[in-house]
Parts: sequence; C-alpha cells; structure tokens
Amino acid sequence: MIDASEAVHVENLRRNFGAFTAVDGIDLRVSKGEIFGFLGPNGAGKSTTIRMLCGLLMPTGGKGTVAGFDIVRQPEEIKKRIGYMSQKFSLYEDLTVSQNIDFFTGIYGVSKEKRKARKDWVLEMAGLDEKRDALTRSLAGGFKQRLALGCDILHEPPILFLDEPTSGVDPLSRRNFWSLIYSMSRSGVTVFVTTHYMDEAEYCDRLALIYKGKIVAEGRPADLKERSMSRDVLEIEVDRALDALELLADAGIETAVFGTLLHATVDRGEEAGPRIEAILKSAGFTVRAIEKIAPSLEDVFVNLIEAS
Amino acid sequence: MRFQRIKAIVRKESIQVARDPFSLAMGFLMPLMLLFIFGYAISLDVDELTTVVNDLDKTSASRELVKQFTASGYFKIVKQVDRYQDIDYYLDSGRARVAIAIPVDFLSKAVTHKGARFQIIVDGSDSNTATIALGYASGIAEQAIRRFAGVSVAPVIDVRARVWYNPELKSKNFIIPGLVAVIMAVVGALLTSLTIAREWERGTMEQLISSPVKVPELIIGKLLPYFVIGLIDVLFSAGLGVFLFEVPLKGSLIALVVVSSIFLFGVLSLGILVSILAKSQVLACQVAIIASYLPAFLLSGFMFAIPNMPKALQILSYVVPARYFVGMLKDIFLKGNSISFFLFDAALLLGFGTLLFALANVKLKKVME
Repeated sequence: MIDASEAVHVENLRRNFGAFTAVDGIDLRVSKGEIFGFLGPNGAGKSTTIRMLCGLLMPTGGKGTVAGFDIVRQPEEIKKRIGYMSQKFSLYEDLTVSQNIDFFTGIYGVSKEKRKARKDWVLEMAGLDEKRDALTRSLAGGFKQRLALGCDILHEPPILFLDEPTSGVDPLSRRNFWSLIYSMSRSGVTVFVTTHYMDEAEYCDRLALIYKGKIVAEGRPADLKERSMSRDVLEIEVDRALDALELLADAGIETAVFGTLLHATVDRGEEAGPRIEAILKSAGFTVRAIEKIAPSLEDVFVNLIEAS
Repeated sequence: MRFQRIKAIVRKESIQVARDPFSLAMGFLMPLMLLFIFGYAISLDVDELTTVVNDLDKTSASRELVKQFTASGYFKIVKQVDRYQDIDYYLDSGRARVAIAIPVDFLSKAVTHKGARFQIIVDGSDSNTATIALGYASGIAEQAIRRFAGVSVAPVIDVRARVWYNPELKSKNFIIPGLVAVIMAVVGALLTSLTIAREWERGTMEQLISSPVKVPELIIGKLLPYFVIGLIDVLFSAGLGVFLFEVPLKGSLIALVVVSSIFLFGVLSLGILVSILAKSQVLACQVAIIASYLPAFLLSGFMFAIPNMPKALQILSYVVPARYFVGMLKDIFLKGNSISFFLFDAALLLGFGTLLFALANVKLKKVME
C-alpha cells in the first residue's frame, strides 16, 4: 500500500526510453522533514527519477505519491506543492536578478502581501541585494545557484527536489548551500537531493544509492558504512597511480583512484598492506605511504557497485 | 486561469524581446525595409519602355505615328536605326524592349487606302511587361488607324473604359496594402516560432513546466507581447503607406485594426504551434517560413494575381489565410468597403485562428518526453 502521508512514496517505479531502461523498478520512501540523498554516477537514473517524482515525466510502470498526490494522475497538484531545481541552470540569463524573482513570484502565484518579504528574503539569502539590477548572465556560479534555489522556493513549498544543485560550484559555495538546505530542513521542509559528490552525502539524513537504474543500497550514512564495509580500506600514495592501479588489479586486489591516491579494499589491512607494498616496489614503483583509513561513503559506493 | 501568471509571462517576454537584437530587428526593422523596398524600388508599373525605331518611310505620317507612341508616356525612343536588321542588336542586348518598324510605303498606302502596315516587336522574355507593352501599343495603333481613316467617321461602338479603385493603375497602391499581410506573417509566425523552442533549448522550459502555470496562461502570456508588436507594425505600415507612399486609405482605421487583429491571432497561434512541435529554434524558424511567409508572399495575391495562377495553385490558395487577409486589406485601402462586405472572410480567419490556438493548447504538454 502506498502511504500518502509520507512526502514521497513510490513502488516499482520504472521508465524506459525506447529499448533503454533508465529506471528499473525502484522503491523509495521519504518522510516529511527529511533530507534524502539520492546518489549515483552520471547516467544512473537520478534525473529521470526526480523528474518522475515532480510530474515532469510519466513513468512507464509503477505507482506512488508525492505530497499525497498520485504521480501519474495528479501531476499538476504535485507541482503546486513542490520546488524543483533542475540540473541545468534554469533562470533567464537575459533578465536581471530582480526580474527573475518577480517572474517566478508571478508564476508561483505568491500572494500580494507576501511578495515583498519573499523577494527580500531571496535577495538576502543569495547575497544579491546589491546586485539586484545586474543581468543574471553576469553572476558567478555560486550566486546563480543560490538565486535559482531562491526562485524555486518563493512559494514556500513543503517539498524540495534538487537535481545536482552543487555541480559546477566552488567548495565554499557548496558548503554555504548545504547549510541553507539544513536550515530549511529544520523548518520542516522535506529535501530530496541528488548528487554525485560523496562528501555531500554525509550531510543527508538518509541515502539511496542508484546504479544502472536500480537501488543498490539504502539507509543512514553511518549504517551504510558499517553494514557494507566489513572490510578495510588502505590509502596508497604512489607515483604513476594509474599504472599502479592496473598492476594491483591484475594481482586481484580491488583498487580505485581517489584524486592522486589509490584506495584498495582488502579483507584485512594488516596483512594486505605489506603485500601491496612488495608488489609495487618489485615493479619499480615508489611507494610513499600505505595507511589504513576509515571508509568514506565513496568507498562504500565503489565497493557496492563492484559487488553488484 | 490567473491574471497574475499571465502578467508575469507578458512582462518577462517583453523584457526578453526588448533585450534581443534579433527580435527587435525582425519586429521593427524588417517591416520598414520591406516597405521601402516595395514602396520605392520594386514597381510593376510599365512606363518609359525603351524603344528602338526603324523608320524607312521618313514621311510626316510615319513621324506622326512615332510621335503618338512617345506622347503616350509609355514609350521612350532610345535610338533611330536605318537598317531593319539593326533592331536585332538592340533587342538582343536589352538596350530596347520594344521595336517599331515602319516600311517605305507606309504613307502612300495609307492615303490610297491600300492597307498600310507597320510592325511592333516586343521583348517577350519578361512576359508580364510584354503583355502590358502590347496592350499599350495596340491602343495607340488603334488611335492611329482612326486618325488616318479620317476624323469624320463616327465609331459604330464607343467604348469608354474606366478604372475604379486605383484609377492610375499604380502598382504600389495594391502592393503596399498587401505588404501588411506579409509583414504580419513574418512578425507573427517567425518571432513566436522561436519563443517556446528557445525555452526548451535553454532549459528554462523544464522549470516552467514544473511550476503550477497552466498551458493557456503560458500561451496567452507569450502571444500578447507579439500581438502588440504586430499591431504597432500594422499602424506603422499603414501610416507610412498613406503618408509617404500616398496609398489611399479609403476605409476606416478601425476596420483595418479589427481585421489585422484577427489575422494576427491566427499567425501568432500558428507560430506558437510550430514552436511547440519543433522544439528547436532552427527547425521552428524554417517551418515558420515555409508555413507562413512563403504562402503569404506567393499565394496570397499580394503581388501575383490569383486568377492568373495555374488551377492547382488557385485551389491551394484557398487554404492560405493570408489570401483572405490580402483581399480584405485591398478592400479597406482601395475600395473603402465596410466590414459587412467581408464578414464571411473575417469569420473564416477567426475560425482558422481559433483552431490553431486550440491545437497549440492541446499540443503543449507540461511533461517531458
């Protein structure tokens, strides 16, 4: 049974594009007021899912409700109650900051009494009070993104869908953005957010990992780490990391690249460490450090994908 | 339907048009250019036809004949040649479009009533001009025959031909009213064809369709600014036509505005429908040109008279809305007819507009594919 009192509840949601299955029968439950992170690499089906939840895309199969309304039969009711921030920057670049806010105020039907207060709030939140008459085109990425968020929540929707809101934004702006999402969540807004930044996933109350259209894991960040990482992670600092990766993979050791470092997932770090060092050294690599670290969500994710 | 949302879209769309050089050029510069091109440069009037004369008779009678041609104002003698064969050079090179050849015995045969002859040769490579030139030439020849036959003979039948509505038969008088239809077709269909496609291409459509805005609100909000631009163009074209090019506006301005509004509603709806279906600006623009501009230009009777077209094209012209609009424009400008004369055509156009508007509303879906 679909529980309409939940912010989001879908079952067996599916979407095909021709012969390609973008979303392959997923179940999701998001409680009111929760920050729900939807993780996965590009092309895993994140945007397709979020569009179906927002009533922008009709599912090929499955059923469910968002804000208590049926996603197939009542998409327009859903649209009155959500804020949606698409992956592509969606404000009008040839309008000024102020004109963009006014436009969305009108579109979302914000009442006359609230208009000024909401506008002031967005300008302040986005830090654009001084630049209200600047063309949106001229703004830096972080400002654009905050303005977009502001415009999408002018009507104070109880549920917010954010599709990769922080892609292409500098780290400081990303942190500011997340503190904003936090404060909204505290005021009772449900936030459904997709990302491929694993560090951002740590901020979420609950997570679902999607890969090739299927949910491969779901739960609290801490539980996920514990449950799926009974094994150890070794961080290896070595020259020519990509060549080293190939060598270790040939030796049957699960290894992934993290920036300039390698992460190897092994059963027992104490044993595997010296063995890896020996393999690398004998092949002429310069090993600077091998260290056992606490697994991050990214390690969990790589591990889960390799297992699936 | 909420006025607040329509207003928001109208404002946004107006700001975007005002900031877009292409839209501004299409909306305001292009009508001006067309008016000047058709008002000044292109004329279908045939006068001062370059004429070469080969007068072998060289008598008072032959000179009198040639004089009648020049006096008409339609023919301009560029050269007198002595040998008949020299005519070829002038016609071949395009230095002359008409040749008049008078044989040596013209006067003697004329006075003795033995059937005087002379020859007119017309360059038929431009058949339109040739037809008109032949008409003028026959008329002048007719008069000449009467003169030589003697003034005393009263004609058995006296034809008094009179041209109504455009007595001087000036081509700009019928081209400029029709030009309003072409301008409307461009401004209406071409400009609006870009509006929805542009939103899809820039990704802003995804945001719009995720909002509670309703489809008719979106369409009306997008049409209104272009409707205003279109009406400004109508008044502007009419004003320029009347005051600069001296085209008579015999009918009422109100009739002009009412009829133009009905036509605008149709082409704007067509443009927005194309935009909805095409989803890309390049494709939308091309389809809009083929669906509105070309028919308005070629099949509306604006320049090329429909009764002279092949039967198949005549039938095709019945489904070209601009055909009805051009007809009504000429009625209003030249005949001064009141709206009751073309109520049926106006109703037909309104039906066309309503159909396209309804279709646009059905075809614009607030979902992605």
